[in-house]
Amino acid sequence: MSAKTDVKAYRGFFTVTLICLFVLYAPLIVVTVYSFNDSLSITVWQGVSLRWYADVFTGVESAKFKTAAFNSFSIALIAATVSTLIAIASATALVRAGRFRLRLPSMGLIMLPIMVPEIVLAVATLIFFNSIGFTRGYLTILVAHISFCIPFAFLPIQARMQGIEDTYEQAAMDLYASRAQAFRRVLLPLMVPGIISGFLLAFIVSLDDFIITNFVKGAGVETLPTAIFGSVKQGIKPNIMAISTMLLAVSVIFVAVSYLAAKWDNTKSHLKTDPAR
Amino acid sequence: MTDSSTPAVDIENAAKRYGDFTAIKSMSLSIRDNEFFTLLGPSGCGKTTLLRMIAGFEDVTEGAIFLFGSEIEQLPPNKRPVNTVFQNYALFPHMTILENVSFGLEMQGNSRVDAHKRAGEMLELVQLSEFAQRKPAQLSGGQQQRVALARALAPSPRVLLLDEPLSALDLKLRKAMQIELKHLQRETGITFIFVTHDQEEALTMSDRIAVMSAGELQQLGEPRDVYERPRNRFVADFIGDTNLLEVAITDIADNLASCHVQGGHQIQCGASEGVSKGMTAHLSVRPERLLLSAAPAEEGSLRASVKENIFVGTDITTLLTLDGGPDLTVRTSNSARGAARVFDPGADVFVTVEAGAARLLIN
Amino acid sequence: MAGGGVHASSGPVAETYARARHQLLIPAWAVLLIFVAVPVAMMLIYSFLTKEFRGGVIWEFSLAAYDQFFFDRGLFGDEPPKFEWTYVTIFWRSIWQAGLATILSLLIGFPTAYFIATRPEKTRAIWLFLVTIPYWVNLLIRTVSMKFLLRDQGPMNDALLALGVLEEPLRIINTNLAVQLGLFYSYLPFMVLPIYAAVERYNFTYSEAAADLYASKWATLRRVVLPVVKPGVIAGCILVFVPSLGAFLAPDLLGGAKNFMIGSLIEEQFKGNAGNWPFGAAASMILLTLVIIVLLISTTQQRKTREPG
Repeated sequence: MSAKTDVKAYRGFFTVTLICLFVLYAPLIVVTVYSFNDSLSITVWQGVSLRWYADVFTGVESAKFKTAAFNSFSIALIAATVSTLIAIASATALVRAGRFRLRLPSMGLIMLPIMVPEIVLAVATLIFFNSIGFTRGYLTILVAHISFCIPFAFLPIQARMQGIEDTYEQAAMDLYASRAQAFRRVLLPLMVPGIISGFLLAFIVSLDDFIITNFVKGAGVETLPTAIFGSVKQGIKPNIMAISTMLLAVSVIFVAVSYLAAKWDNTKSHLKTDPAR
Repeated sequence: MTDSSTPAVDIENAAKRYGDFTAIKSMSLSIRDNEFFTLLGPSGCGKTTLLRMIAGFEDVTEGAIFLFGSEIEQLPPNKRPVNTVFQNYALFPHMTILENVSFGLEMQGNSRVDAHKRAGEMLELVQLSEFAQRKPAQLSGGQQQRVALARALAPSPRVLLLDEPLSALDLKLRKAMQIELKHLQRETGITFIFVTHDQEEALTMSDRIAVMSAGELQQLGEPRDVYERPRNRFVADFIGDTNLLEVAITDIADNLASCHVQGGHQIQCGASEGVSKGMTAHLSVRPERLLLSAAPAEEGSLRASVKENIFVGTDITTLLTLDGGPDLTVRTSNSARGAARVFDPGADVFVTVEAGAARLLIN
Repeated sequence: MAGGGVHASSGPVAETYARARHQLLIPAWAVLLIFVAVPVAMMLIYSFLTKEFRGGVIWEFSLAAYDQFFFDRGLFGDEPPKFEWTYVTIFWRSIWQAGLATILSLLIGFPTAYFIATRPEKTRAIWLFLVTIPYWVNLLIRTVSMKFLLRDQGPMNDALLALGVLEEPLRIINTNLAVQLGLFYSYLPFMVLPIYAAVERYNFTYSEAAADLYASKWATLRRVVLPVVKPGVIAGCILVFVPSLGAFLAPDLLGGAKNFMIGSLIEEQFKGNAGNWPFGAAASMILLTLVIIVLLISTTQQRKTREPG
């Protein structure tokens, strides 16, 4: 139907959507293109080359970036794994175990890291580690990341668990499965897409973090964001654009995986559908 | 004012296609002013699509729709003097009942005060004044239904479209609402176009019925006409219960056809157009137009044996098998007079077709 | 936001899980109490302590931090107290910047979310995917990219000069506008996603009913669509406003020294030259209070729009 007679359609919304996408992508595309610039200057275009990618791995700053990348990815991996496990346990208690007194306080506590502004959480964590005399370094970053990743892992897992009717577990128990078996053999497999989403989200959030890391990292310990930030303070250099483009690629791969996990989700037609639809 | 012979809605060769799928094949239909018109058909027959085309929610792929003589294809829904009672009511959940009912009036440019006043009157009409300040979710299904009706009637549309509005109600409430709707239509004099898949509902309420199937108009007529003189097997089968017998035409004389039923039975019936000797056709006989007796009547009685009796309150339904032939269903009224015509299972009986009750269908 | 809408299952399965529920919650409680709740409480205590030079605190009660925030030369000094505008102005600027970024995000985000939600099911996923990708990209990288693009000699100015739209490069970097654009760009996906979710659940027969009752398109949008999807709009505004308020990267990288926001002010007390921990803790507490007020207002708004029954 034409926009005039279709009550759903609004003229101009399509244009705004294109503007929105343009705004979101223009900076990223520009940086990606300039990361291949064969020039010492970031303003002058001198043809395509991979020299700045080589520079990231072999240049003066390569050692710094390699350590930072190792720190970033190892912290993200451990923090996402631990927070996902904690989130699965919490979601099971909060979604599956009926109503109880500690339910709402628990929910509030889990959401706390999302509701407190990042900079406030950073200040609080710094003060905490300082006052208990804990030396700041790799371990303090890791502990802080595990804490603030929990709600990000929790949200998709909880949403998924709510979408699964407990009749499946009832049926399993009816067929003599123990509680643990019903959980492991029925609920957990159905939960997999939610768990993947939760893990990926936690991983990306950890990899993304600058503010909290910047506060709780000790002298000399850097992650990719803090290293990049330190470097950018002296001006944007072409090797930073190369690193950015590589991190961009990592992000795109992550979204693609999480998208596929969600797709896989759709093939399970026996799950409860949204009653509003 | 338009002159009274102008149809309220005139559908001329209108068709609706979604890509390869044809929802409505070229259809023509005239709906008179002030009539209670029903679009009847099974789900997916295109009746709701047709209604939405009149309302303006679907465009017309081919052909045209006229409202009181003027073409409306280019008019968006909010410019058509037509209101809809939606199947799920679509009452705005964030507005009170009064706000819901006055919405259309306000949108027509009436002041809020006037709109609320008229909305109040409408709520009185549907006996819901006391709920004016409630939200839709606080009302029962039947009450929501009446609000939806009041909301659609408040702006005094020239045509009211009702999309299966009673389907969510339980049986008792549905029956009551059927009568209420009929009254309302008479009182307001507004043309109602009612969509339903419930043939009983259609027969009860309508001035005229359009029976639809697979995007095509099967038959158009008054309830009695459609029930007693179905034009084809689909209509005969869809409206009411019927016995459909495969027959061979053995002879035609004086506009009477002799029909041969498997098992050597003969039934005489009026020959309809297109019937010729030697062809096979279907015979439709309503169960209540068949009579059972212990002894054969003078002519045209068929031998059969009783299989089962089913008590359905007002009637008793008897299943029987014609000797060497197909099964038949006979309905006898549950009364003293009817009791004489009920036989135990296993009994041999004779079946007589009431004069003029059998209808020959060639497609 | 607190997930209060999450319903608990009941019945036989719930009973079997019920026995283990406290054990299941122990890890979450342990981690979040020790590393989030206790630190926030300690921050509150720190804001009432005496500062030590070059960072840290002396364990002596003091109102100096709050005094410094609101009053010139101190409330307890010899001179009559005077209201101190410096820090309040920084807070006010932050609220203003975050508010403008939120409005800009709403103006772009709502039509986008609506447009995507009304696409056919097949293409909808692709549009949504396109909007989601930037959300997953490192915020620092996105902010740096924005700075690169907006620079005086950056690609945007180059392009506009080459096209003859401009005669002189736009000097956006180190202005309030750059910060607003940066915040808008940082959190725009947060606006689109919740509104999309609300519009996707929206029952379009409401729009049809409105059109049927003579509402124009804009009347339908204003009187019916917006009120019904309001919870999603509020959620989107919160998700943009709250992080914008405490943002550090966009103001720091795009705004420069003149366009200080709360985030930079706090950061300076701990990482920078100021080194006044109690003052930093006090500023954090004030920011946290602001955020709590915003969240409370939004929850009551959400509750108001939720349909009864």
